[in-house]
Amino acid sequence: MILIVDLCYRAGSLSRDEFVGPIERLLREAKTPFFTRHYTAVGAPEIEAADGVILCGTALRDTGFAEHPELFRWLPAFGRPVLGISSGMRVLAAAFGGGTEPCCEIGMTDVRVLAPDPLFAGREGFSAYGVHEFAVQVPDTFVSLAASDRCIQAIRHRSLPLYGLLFHPEVRNEWIVERFLQLLEAAR
Amino acid sequence: MKLGVLFSGGKDSTFACWKAMQQEEVVCLITVISGNPESYMFHTPNIHLAALQAEAAGLPLVEVETAGEKEEELLDLARALLAAREQFGIEGVVTGAVLSVYQAARVQRVCRELDLWCFNPLWNADQEAYMEEIIDAGFRVIIAGVFSSPFDESWLGREIDRRTLDELREIARKHRITLIGEGGEFETFVIDAPFFSRRIAIEEVSRVYRNYNGVLRIERAGLVAK
Repeated sequence: MILIVDLCYRAGSLSRDEFVGPIERLLREAKTPFFTRHYTAVGAPEIEAADGVILCGTALRDTGFAEHPELFRWLPAFGRPVLGISSGMRVLAAAFGGGTEPCCEIGMTDVRVLAPDPLFAGREGFSAYGVHEFAVQVPDTFVSLAASDRCIQAIRHRSLPLYGLLFHPEVRNEWIVERFLQLLEAAR
Repeated sequence: MKLGVLFSGGKDSTFACWKAMQQEEVVCLITVISGNPESYMFHTPNIHLAALQAEAAGLPLVEVETAGEKEEELLDLARALLAAREQFGIEGVVTGAVLSVYQAARVQRVCRELDLWCFNPLWNADQEAYMEEIIDAGFRVIIAGVFSSPFDESWLGREIDRRTLDELREIARKHRITLIGEGGEFETFVIDAPFFSRRIAIEEVSRVYRNYNGVLRIERAGLVAK
């Protein structure tokens, strides 16, 4: 069972269909069981029940999640696969001490793969949709997997199956979410 | 949060408005009227009736005209959003973007420049579920423009009911177009919505059609009790 975490400004918000709905649809199509919780409602039972986690993105001006780092302290000890998308990448990096730096990208961006990884295997680059105001400063415990001309677009923990993507794979790059689900299946 | 809805009178922006009303406070509709029939952003055949739809919804309408030149129209969009903020205190904008990265990114950029939230409640929506929901929720939508084969003149003015939706499904499958007409294969006009206190009654139309390209122009319409 995958835990989808909604990072939007409140539970059941107007942004939910934009950032959480498309991920839920991809999992439904892949016949992958999931349950969704707002980040303020993730506790021990949810964490325990999850085989993997997807942290969804938020609207450009929606940064309320960043004011509650205490709600994400479970991430370093989780140990199972995590995919952080856009704001979710920021949450993941922050949980390992990574900060942010200004880098606004809105629209399609060319992404180059920098390091071999099963997530991007066989691809040297692709065009991706981004809507973000900040990029993350990559924590020491992570490696950079892909970049645009302006900032790091994908990271992975050096020893744990934790991924962060600055762009939105659910827009025109659904194959990346599908590969994450395959990695998750293989990790079981 | 006080929101303005970028409104064309078609199914996507009207449905997005309804979604927004369920979560936040929609305080106005915003329409950019393009003089350029080729405009990727704003052109739609019956935009002159947005005022009547706004009246049906009991919402004020902020209207701005644009010559429709590619990047200039973004300045006109910014002008419209600024007017909506000044008059109605909007803090964010709602769009009916579903798949168009071109449209969505441009509105996102303008909103960022103006420090406004941007919401796209139909973004990447499941098209099948969306079309079903339109009918189930009580929206009444007609086809007001066709711009691609196999949509011939008989489609102009047709209401999207269950039978039409079945036909659209078949066409989408055969012709590899989106069920919702996102590629501009057809345009729609909303004559009734769950949040309209009265519905639009079409009194006179004119049709221009040639070779799978046609428009149903609503010449005269009024509001009637539902």
